[in-house]
Amino acid sequence: MARITAGVATSHVPLLGVAADQGKAGDEYFAPIFAGYEWSREWIARNLPDVIVLVYNDHASAFDMKIIPTFAIGCGESYAPADEGWGPREVPDVEGHPDLAWHIAQSLILDEFDMTIINEMDVDHGLTVPLTMMFGAPDKWPCKVIPLAVNVVTYPPPSGNRCWALGEAIARAVDSFAEDLDVQIWGTGGMSHQLQGPRAGLINREWDNMFLDKLCGTSDDLRHIPHIEYLRETGSEGIEMVMWLIMRGALGRETRALHRHYHVPCSNTAIGHLVLEPVDGTVPPSPRIEGNSPAAQAMIE
Amino acid sequence: MTDKRDIHAYLGEFDDIPGTRVFTAARARQGYHLNQFAMSLMKPDNRERFRADEKAYLDEWKLTDAMKAAVLRRDYNALLDLGGNVYFLSKIFSTDGVSFAEAVSTMTDMDFPTYRDMMNKGGRSPEGVRSIKDKR
Repeated sequence: MARITAGVATSHVPLLGVAADQGKAGDEYFAPIFAGYEWSREWIARNLPDVIVLVYNDHASAFDMKIIPTFAIGCGESYAPADEGWGPREVPDVEGHPDLAWHIAQSLILDEFDMTIINEMDVDHGLTVPLTMMFGAPDKWPCKVIPLAVNVVTYPPPSGNRCWALGEAIARAVDSFAEDLDVQIWGTGGMSHQLQGPRAGLINREWDNMFLDKLCGTSDDLRHIPHIEYLRETGSEGIEMVMWLIMRGALGRETRALHRHYHVPCSNTAIGHLVLEPVDGTVPPSPRIEGNSPAAQAMIE
Repeated sequence: MTDKRDIHAYLGEFDDIPGTRVFTAARARQGYHLNQFAMSLMKPDNRERFRADEKAYLDEWKLTDAMKAAVLRRDYNALLDLGGNVYFLSKIFSTDGVSFAEAVSTMTDMDFPTYRDMMNKGGRSPEGVRSIKDKR
């Protein structure tokens, strides 16, 4: 049986990919950021999963304004790094896990999450920068990756509550897969940042750390934060943090933090990083209890 | 929690954030061709054609005169008002060879060194820029 063994949250700032690719990770500006991932690189070498379900958002690379899927899952065999306007990153192609991905897609749809299924796409910095931060620069990525893309660009993005419930449904899907696999779930993006308008450059260290605190333990307060709070407190692009809630939802009732890192700034953005493990291995219950209950389906005030 | 959300109240709150344009459906619709034009700059051939004659390249797209003029003068706040989204507009940043942070700084009241200095000191505080009506 497949199981979710850990969750990883990390920002995915494109400049970190540039720094790593150009050998600048040791520079004065970047060193404190990369130092916060050293523990994680050693940890993951010892706890290598077979597959990562990697939750990220595309930044006008694979998807333009023609098609805007709210939740999309990659069921393909491999994904090339996208050309984001200055040539593709010179990192390995990302190998998928079509069997598990299709299983998750089917299970999610039966659980009333009507996923978009993607068989071919390129993946941008939102997906490749987290791999770089966790694995460095190997010739080949050491495990398979199922991309799970979330619309956090065009409003409204999914609610935090819906993201959390999707995570729970992913945990049920993984649990019902027959093959013996260790699966990690990663939530990426954030933390506070605003890339546009006269208020650009907003950073909210206090709010970000509240968010990191509440991902650990048994609290589910974060699922009830409305979009307007992310916008006011964490900048127009801080909404990416709803993707971290998909990871958190998949880890069950209680989590324990193994590692935590926070740094300001990287370009315009606050860097946050957490490694979490599920405490009791409980698989979140069926949607008829949580995801589909009137309370969980209700809109957030 | 309520059983039914008021979509108008949800959208209305977005106008209460100082110095921020939330990329709503209305903006996405208004800026569709502008964002698709910017997206076209992902391709090297298009970047070259745009650089060679910006005006002629813009004329190939269904853009308003205000959009074309704002692109030509790289007025990113005006482009946001016209429905542009920063992830699409960033294709113009990279065509120009300007860093994301430098392009972002042009939307603020700071020059780039001052903006960079603010970021290095911990960024812009949310204090006073959360809400226009509540002045907090």
